[in-house]
Amino acid sequence: MELYELTVHELMDKLDRKEITSEEIIKSYSKRIEEKEKDIQAFVTTTIDTAMEKAKNINRENSKLAGIPIGIKDNICTKGVKTTCSSKMLENFIAPYNATVIEKIENEGLISLGKLNMDEFAMGASTEYSAFKTTKNPWNLQTVPGGSSGGSAAAVAANLVPWALGSDTGGSIRQPAALCGVVGLKPTYGMVSRYGLVAFASSLDQIGPITKDVEDAAILLNAISGHDEKDSTSVNLPKKDYTQNLVKDVSKLKIGVPKEFFGEGINEEVKTSVEKAIEQYRKLGATVEECSLNIANEALAVYYIIACAEASSNLGRFDGIRYGYRTKNFNNLKDIYKNSRSEGFGAEVKRRIILGTYVLSSGYYDAYYKKAQKVRTVIKQEFEKLFEKYDVLITPTSPTVAYEIGTKSNNPLEMYLADLCTVSVNIAGLPGISIPCGVDSQGMPIGLQLIGKPFGEETIIQAAYTYEQEIKFREKYKPEFKM
Amino acid sequence: MQVEKEEILHIANLACLNIKDEEIEEYRKNLQDILNWVDIVNRVDTSNINETICSTNNINIFRKDEIEEFQDKELLLQNAPEKQNNMFNIPKVIQ
Repeated sequence: MELYELTVHELMDKLDRKEITSEEIIKSYSKRIEEKEKDIQAFVTTTIDTAMEKAKNINRENSKLAGIPIGIKDNICTKGVKTTCSSKMLENFIAPYNATVIEKIENEGLISLGKLNMDEFAMGASTEYSAFKTTKNPWNLQTVPGGSSGGSAAAVAANLVPWALGSDTGGSIRQPAALCGVVGLKPTYGMVSRYGLVAFASSLDQIGPITKDVEDAAILLNAISGHDEKDSTSVNLPKKDYTQNLVKDVSKLKIGVPKEFFGEGINEEVKTSVEKAIEQYRKLGATVEECSLNIANEALAVYYIIACAEASSNLGRFDGIRYGYRTKNFNNLKDIYKNSRSEGFGAEVKRRIILGTYVLSSGYYDAYYKKAQKVRTVIKQEFEKLFEKYDVLITPTSPTVAYEIGTKSNNPLEMYLADLCTVSVNIAGLPGISIPCGVDSQGMPIGLQLIGKPFGEETIIQAAYTYEQEIKFREKYKPEFKM
Repeated sequence: MQVEKEEILHIANLACLNIKDEEIEEYRKNLQDILNWVDIVNRVDTSNINETICSTNNINIFRKDEIEEFQDKELLLQNAPEKQNNMFNIPKVIQ
């Protein structure tokens, strides 16, 4: 077995027993990237040379993670290495500082293998909106890896990195994880510092792990979570060790199954597979009950109003003055602003800025933005009611499996429906995890989503771990790089 | 809500984006489709409901107002599209 096939906790064990060195791990990944990156196109920038250098000087006394490689979504600022957001706007941008999560993982001795492709500014659900390249799904190279953290999910699935950081505004960690057959965890809003994450929608964005299994997700969450003075929305809670919840037991777990996520728009095979998983939970001793979350469709609409409004404001900073793309074609300052933005942003980003500016503009603010913020309260309340009765909710992660590249990218509205099952979690600020639960008749992976109470990561990790240990997806199915 | 061509141009101007003549209709139709669809938020009764700005509901998180000097000024300026000495270059603003 090659080192790149192992999970991080397996690599850690081997490092602990001194069976392998960090250099050997990096070499293994370097070889793998050389072989498979041309098919997958997951990286915007690779940093293998510096990774090799770092691996030579690893000190494992302070951290068990020291010497383990990682991949990073390209919207997380890395000092000295380009952070492009897969946009022409930031094609040559080199952040002058590290994001807090980067400081944290570097302090642990983790070694970056590079920056991973994404939909431009994280706006999309297929990674097709990257300005640079289309990342392929390792299970079938004709299909999308999902998005927006599609580079991260595809890289983990294809063993190009052992794990990766993604970001999730409306499903951008969980949905690509589901489509690529890996684990994706979106922490509770406020759990992980957003300092240094290029902002898309600040009240929804959260950084989280994309990993090969639940144990790795718990380990990485341990490393990146915690209060940060530089992010005033990060929450100051006592530090927890999420690996304590890697316990195979759901006997006391009360599961709610919101029926709205099993109806129209959900692919039959996805539905059947998730229902089978729910049955498995019942067999494992959990109490399962159907319930209702009557605002699923409204949540999607609320999401697009709020996310685009916040994006139009956040992306106002790209003006061609201090950093980022500057047009060559200008006579005055206004020209610089307008032409730089028009030439630097891609079509989907512009569409969303237009929508966001519209819902914030005088005359429409109350009807759309303010109304959406109120409905957001209702959505939160609906979840609170459900969590009085249940510990976790189960839904499919994505309404479909990975689809063919190019089939939806010209229809924004259809693309938006990909977020149906995931956005309400961001609207309410809850934690959610996607784990693989099977494959469809074409062999494409299907993900199920577990949603927890605010700061209920322990519960969803234990529930996810229990199921994972029972079905052993990783042992049964592997990506085939089908052409 | 019916979106008119003039409105698209107005919004694009607010957003500091150029829209070419041949693109206006596409943007208009696109925005119209999305607005028609997001209109379902109006099905939800929100009388006596306050807005949620941020899911944690934390407000006014203060920290000490202390000046910290950013050390790597060179790194800040290296991203500037045009610079002169220690400054960003822009076209003349006052005629």
